[in-house]
Amino acid sequence: MTGGHLPPVANKTEGIVPDEDDKQAAFRALADRVLNGEGQASARQRAGAFRNHGLAPPLAALIGKVADRPAQVTREDLAAARASGCTEDQLFELVICAAVGHSARLYEAGLSALAEATGEGSPGHVA
Amino acid sequence: MWLDILDRGYRPGTKLLFALIRLLSGQPLPDAAKVVFYRPDFYGTRAKEFTHEAMRGPSAWSVGDRELMAAYVSQVNECAFCVGAHTATARQACHDASRVAAVLTDLDSAPIEEPLRATLRMLGRLTREGKAGAEDMRQVLAAGASPEQVKDALAVCAAFNVTNRLADAFGFERLTPQGYEAGARHLLKRGYR
Repeated sequence: MTGGHLPPVANKTEGIVPDEDDKQAAFRALADRVLNGEGQASARQRAGAFRNHGLAPPLAALIGKVADRPAQVTREDLAAARASGCTEDQLFELVICAAVGHSARLYEAGLSALAEATGEGSPGHVA
Repeated sequence: MWLDILDRGYRPGTKLLFALIRLLSGQPLPDAAKVVFYRPDFYGTRAKEFTHEAMRGPSAWSVGDRELMAAYVSQVNECAFCVGAHTATARQACHDASRVAAVLTDLDSAPIEEPLRATLRMLGRLTREGKAGAEDMRQVLAAGASPEQVKDALAVCAAFNVTNRLADAFGFERLTPQGYEAGARHLLKRGYR
């Protein structure tokens, strides 16, 4: 990633990001909240769901599908994650984190490609 | 809805609101609308803000074009609930059912403007493959879309890649045709806030 368009949201957002439009700012506020605000799933689990990385099965299977093959998620995938000890509120949060995380990667990939095509966003464009 | 909390876990005031909406509209509240009322401080408040900004905020794309993008992205993700909702909304916004149907049937031959066609093609690839390169963007720009329009389209794409996933993972119930039409009227009147 060239960085700079939707910088890492795993850290607290500080200040205003240069060149960010209102739509990007609103998306960042959502991503920042689900990752860093209060929740019933741990911040570490939420970050794992957001990145689709580092979760234990069967949660990893559910989150992997939400990120990469959402149409294939079944009621049974949710039930298996429930049976492994997640509460419904934790699953609510982790599914949202997986969905927002995947979208963040798409948004970032699109904005980076656009910056490259228009000659903006050279390396070091943003901290 | 596949989580009980999303069927029943609402505060009394919210349940009353759901009942009122059902009474006034003659339709049950769609699951997509319900989910933003569950613990709104976690997701709903900011999700509504972002989606509204993407779909109704300032943009050179019309509301109809953005609803068409939402329908198209939802189709690429094979999300039946959202395809139903946003084809209905795009049809009402464009006052042209054949335009919407043509895009969803065959983008290449659909009778639409070239900047929109190239943008939809790029959103489809990004959604399907999870990546986009500078060459994809050059094609969209060469077709006549401005860089701002590309950014605005990417925001729509991000919003619906979230919503499609929640629809699939939480098991949003499909609506009747009348339910989708009523939802579309609401989205065009009030937006997503």
